[in-house]
Amino acid sequence: MNFYGVRAIYQSEMARMLRTTLQSIASPVISTSLYFIVFGAAIGTRMTEVDGVSYGAFIIPGLIMLMLLNESISNASFGIYMPKFTGTIYEVLSAPVSPLEIVVGYVGAAATKSVLLGLLVLLTARLFVDYEIQHPLWMLGFLVLTAVTFSLFGFVIGVWADGFEKLQIIPLMIVTPLAFLGGSFYSITMLPPFWQTVTLFNPVVYLISGFRWSFYGAADVHIAVSLGMTLVFLSICLVLVWWIFRTGYKLKP
Amino acid sequence: MDNIIQVNELTKTYESGFQALKGVSLSIRRGEIFALLGPNGAGKTTLISIVCGLVNASSGSVLIDGHDNVRDYRKARSKIGLVPQELTNNMFDSVWSTLKLSRGLFGKPRNDALLEEILRELSLWDKRNDRIMDLSGGMKRRVLIAKALSHEPDVLFLDEPTAGVDVELRRDMWNTVRRLQQRGVTIILTTHYIEEAEEMADRIGVISQGELILIEGKDKLMQQLGTKQLSIQLQSPLEILPESLRSDALALSADGYALVYTFDAQCEQTGIAELLKKLDQAGIEVKDLHSSQSSLEDIFVNLVHERRDAKRAGGAQ
Ligand SMILES: Nc1ncnc2c1ncn2[C@@H]1O[C@H](COP(=O)(O)OP(=O)(O)OP(=O)(O)O)[C@@H](O)[C@H]1O
Ligand SMILES: [Mg+2]
Repeated sequence: MNFYGVRAIYQSEMARMLRTTLQSIASPVISTSLYFIVFGAAIGTRMTEVDGVSYGAFIIPGLIMLMLLNESISNASFGIYMPKFTGTIYEVLSAPVSPLEIVVGYVGAAATKSVLLGLLVLLTARLFVDYEIQHPLWMLGFLVLTAVTFSLFGFVIGVWADGFEKLQIIPLMIVTPLAFLGGSFYSITMLPPFWQTVTLFNPVVYLISGFRWSFYGAADVHIAVSLGMTLVFLSICLVLVWWIFRTGYKLKP
Repeated sequence: MDNIIQVNELTKTYESGFQALKGVSLSIRRGEIFALLGPNGAGKTTLISIVCGLVNASSGSVLIDGHDNVRDYRKARSKIGLVPQELTNNMFDSVWSTLKLSRGLFGKPRNDALLEEILRELSLWDKRNDRIMDLSGGMKRRVLIAKALSHEPDVLFLDEPTAGVDVELRRDMWNTVRRLQQRGVTIILTTHYIEEAEEMADRIGVISQGELILIEGKDKLMQQLGTKQLSIQLQSPLEILPESLRSDALALSADGYALVYTFDAQCEQTGIAELLKKLDQAGIEVKDLHSSQSSLEDIFVNLVHERRDAKRAGGAQ
């Protein structure tokens, strides 16, 4: 186990993120806050309660998830894409670090940042809306699991992408729509029966539902199902990453 | 002989179908400076990249200090430092932090004193807090060298270390390389500059179109360099050499207008005076004389061309 190697990757990734504090921290916090102001404080007061929770509070878990998915994917994909693009990846590939250690370094840093951002947004939300957290440990657990899963997914995208468009396309075309339609702003029970069934094919539904359960104790699907699905995504991403290193796919000619 | 690197029958075919290495075998001796010479596209970088684990070999194997570079990659790689051909730096990092990253990546604990020593030696200490993108090209290359040295490698690969570096800096770099060798570091460098190989290397390998066509101690090559040719232009053509002049050292050109005399320049008795006397005796009138020395470059170019011609002839059959 090359502990110093993992730490070196992790620290240099964290330093990179801190160097760009403004984009990487301020912008997600500000944009999520705008949602709170518009949907929580302004429109929310005119809306009926959902599952016994005020609308402003109801949307908090979903919005945090939305941000978490985007940030995890973009941080992790950028983190591995840039060294590939500039060629500095040569050093990591020539170093005595195992694939697992490389992943722990890069994905660990991306996930850390996402979790910190998630908590920061949660604190910021307090300025606009009142909310409670019934199961703080579960909340933290979902936060970390989701951040890790989607940072892994981002890592895969970063390895796969051979241009900046490809880097953007999956988050833009797939993840954001899935997150918006995954119940960030509504409970899926509000949908007509047909669309409820369709929605169950959307993986993000399970993440948001589980996360919201940890806040308010109410969920669209059972918490065990949410947890199970999250772990399934995690496993899929792990397998993809394992396959990438096994075959050297797009990392080594 | 104690070999620190053993390359066995290495081949590489890129996905494009291009075969960049065609069965290269090579042993690098512990503590030597080995220069790998070859024209553009010969496969130098490909060879180095496979040894360092950046490119997967199609077949063959590499042992580094006895460790297979794929199966036992941790032990193998921890002995190697690589200075790549391209200037690939984390442009936004400071010199100091990029060195710390390198050292950490290779599993070494923090050692600020060592990093300082390396930076001072490469005249980068004043620049340690600068962002790499604010450095000049030559400095960027030295940063790459500093990075490779930061984890105390036993073997250092320098892929065209002096490309784009001015004359003075090139001297500095050569001195650095020599100092490293004195400390026991084995050095493998690639270059297009014959003079560089001549100046630095203990042994020289020539690679062309994916094949190693020559591995020779530099001194031996230099011996070949020691021979000179005297060409003697004649007033009127000769059909054959007169009996009195026959020797291995003297050859008559095809058109009969020139004689080529090969001699050892280091020798006190070059035999030139004698030869001229004999020519006079034989009544052969000399029009012009000039002597030339084959450089390593000539040998190298000849080798590469001979090889190509031989191939073409072989292919035509
Ligand atoms: N990733 C790649 N995919 C396909 N072909 C490649 C790849 N990398 C190198 N090649 C080809 O392999 C051959 C050898 O390239 P290599 O970089 O090893 O040459 P080199 O000896 O280092 O040349 P130079 O002196 O120009 O640096 C070249 O013909 C090159 O086009
Ligand atoms: Mg090259």
